[in-house]
Amino acid sequence: MIYNTIQAKEAPSNTKGAIHWLKENLFSSILNSILTIMAFYLLYMIIPPLINWMIIDATWSGSKEEITKDGARWIFIKEKFHHFVYGFYPEEFYYRPNLALVLTFLYIYIFRKTNNKNIRYFIFFSYPIIIYTLVAGGFGLEHIETHKWGGLLLTIVVATVGIIVSFPIGIILALGRASNMPIIRTLSTIYIEFFRGVPLITILFMSSVVLPLFFPSELEFDKLLRAIIGITLFQAAYIAEVVRGGLQAIPKGQYEAADSLNLPYWKSMGFVILPQALKISIPNIVGSFISLFKDTTLLLIIGLFDLLAMVGLTSTDSNWLGFETEGYVFVALVYWAFCFSMSRYAKTLEVKFNTDNK
Amino acid sequence: MGNLFDNIEKRGISVGFDFLNQESGFGIAQTLVEYDETSTHSKVFLVGILNTILVSVLGIITASIIGLFIGIGRLSSNWIISKLSMIYVELFRNIPILLQILFWYNVVLASLSSPRQSLVFFESVFLNNRGLYIPKPLLQDGFIFVAISFVLALVAIFYLSKWAKKRHDETGVKFPIWTVSFGIIVFSTTIVYFLSGSPIELEYSSLQGFNFVGGYNLLPELLALWFALSIYTATYIAEAVRAGIEAINKGQSEASLSLGLSKGLMLKKVILPQAIRIIIPPIINQYANLIKNSSLATAIGYPELVTVFSGTSLNQVGQAIEIILMTMAVYLILNIIVSMIMNYINAKMKIKER
Repeated sequence: MIYNTIQAKEAPSNTKGAIHWLKENLFSSILNSILTIMAFYLLYMIIPPLINWMIIDATWSGSKEEITKDGARWIFIKEKFHHFVYGFYPEEFYYRPNLALVLTFLYIYIFRKTNNKNIRYFIFFSYPIIIYTLVAGGFGLEHIETHKWGGLLLTIVVATVGIIVSFPIGIILALGRASNMPIIRTLSTIYIEFFRGVPLITILFMSSVVLPLFFPSELEFDKLLRAIIGITLFQAAYIAEVVRGGLQAIPKGQYEAADSLNLPYWKSMGFVILPQALKISIPNIVGSFISLFKDTTLLLIIGLFDLLAMVGLTSTDSNWLGFETEGYVFVALVYWAFCFSMSRYAKTLEVKFNTDNK
Repeated sequence: MGNLFDNIEKRGISVGFDFLNQESGFGIAQTLVEYDETSTHSKVFLVGILNTILVSVLGIITASIIGLFIGIGRLSSNWIISKLSMIYVELFRNIPILLQILFWYNVVLASLSSPRQSLVFFESVFLNNRGLYIPKPLLQDGFIFVAISFVLALVAIFYLSKWAKKRHDETGVKFPIWTVSFGIIVFSTTIVYFLSGSPIELEYSSLQGFNFVGGYNLLPELLALWFALSIYTATYIAEAVRAGIEAINKGQSEASLSLGLSKGLMLKKVILPQAIRIIIPPIINQYANLIKNSSLATAIGYPELVTVFSGTSLNQVGQAIEIILMTMAVYLILNIIVSMIMNYINAKMKIKER
């Protein structure tokens, strides 16, 4: 035996364990120690009062007259919950938007599972008609006017219609901006730069005040439709920029390969370039959907009752005056949950699609 | 088009820009130029633009400062600081800006007490439900000397730093330029200030009856908008700062550390000069967004362009097309100015290649 195995020594106690972690991550220098103490003080100032207000001192049940605690009065949210979700949609028809939501998930599930083209086409074209009929009425279902739609229902309707309709417009604009034809390129560029340069609110004013002037005055123009037109035109410009980013990321060889196969323009775009470009732009498209979702709050300025507007509306109820704080906090939580989960989703997609070897 | 003219005729709306010379007939709570009810609509337009620019500039300054700290905080080696910065970004970025504006205005600022029970800071700054009152500096006769000495100090620093750089390039001897410049400015300005007999007087706000008079009054609408815009935009700026610094290859910091640079010097001389090129374009983009978002003030009635011009003026004269186009043109021009600044900075920052 030339050598003896020596038992490995344990790592020195100052390089492991909780104390070491604290030293490394919280108190590594004087400045860091001061910052840590300040941060804990800040947390101490914010967290306990917040938890008290939101949970411990909060009133979760009972009637308005029985409130004794001075925390959040969540009974307001309970009482007005259906307004926050459906607006003034008639109560006996709540099942219709609910059914539409369930159908949406079902459709997405089938669409992803099936490989049959005909089923896919059927789903693609029947979906808007069925959903529209369910929510708005027609074909024997009672008609529900759009001014009764409100709350989260309206927010989701505007956001989804906005993204779906603006998507093809955005793609065409992006192709137009990358086109070789000067007139088309200039027009697309002007459109994109114009809509990206002005605030959404001016476009909503334009579509709600100016648009009706261009149509015969007998034509009653639905307020919601006008808002959706404005939002769609606006969103299309942003989608176009996202898609343009995707188009630019496609190597030139792909364009040349498609050309050398003698594919005509639309075929080379449709079968070679766009499938790749759209795939890499998906994370950014989700990102721009998040902005659209947040931007739907602007509807309240032109007098539509989206989720945010419901706070103002429900707190003018003379029985429930002064409950705005609870309303805003609840609505903020809803928006936050939606936007945060979507942004997480976009992040996972980004990792999934990031195929270059960095 | 035929429909357009029919409709305009039917509603009795006039066409053209004559309305700009009409008397407006309404008051505006905050005006940076002289304005009263007898002023014209073109004056309303100007007042609106100036108020938009005011809140945008205030917002850009504070959003940049907050964003810079939060962005660097996210990369801090201090666990709690980086987590808190992350929570800040994820919390405020995912709540719509309009909701934040309304929250500040309807919940936080509305809960402040009346002028008689104001919150007082340093016995001169008052905060109540009518806004923030701060002292107003009144410039006296001798102020011109202070201004001149300030400018002279700046000129001196300019030449001093040129000399210091030259000497550093030639001999490698460092010169503490920051400390010395700071000293020159503070020292010379203070001395001249007292020599010329303290030519700045402060006009304090004071409670008279039920309200404050004197000093500057920042409207609650302005405060709500300013806070919300800064806090919201800061999240995006923080992300840009973080992404910029993270984009610099790890090899760069390892290389500079192996050259024996200290962490501070590494940041200053190696990382930041490279990161700044990546950071600045998205930040300026956010400035443009902030300017556009300031139009949401119309929901709380801060008297900026959209509120007073596309709102009140439009209701009075009814010429929607002209007024909304003018409003859009202002935002487009502001946007073009911002992107021109960006192009200028980009050109300056570009790596000089042979």
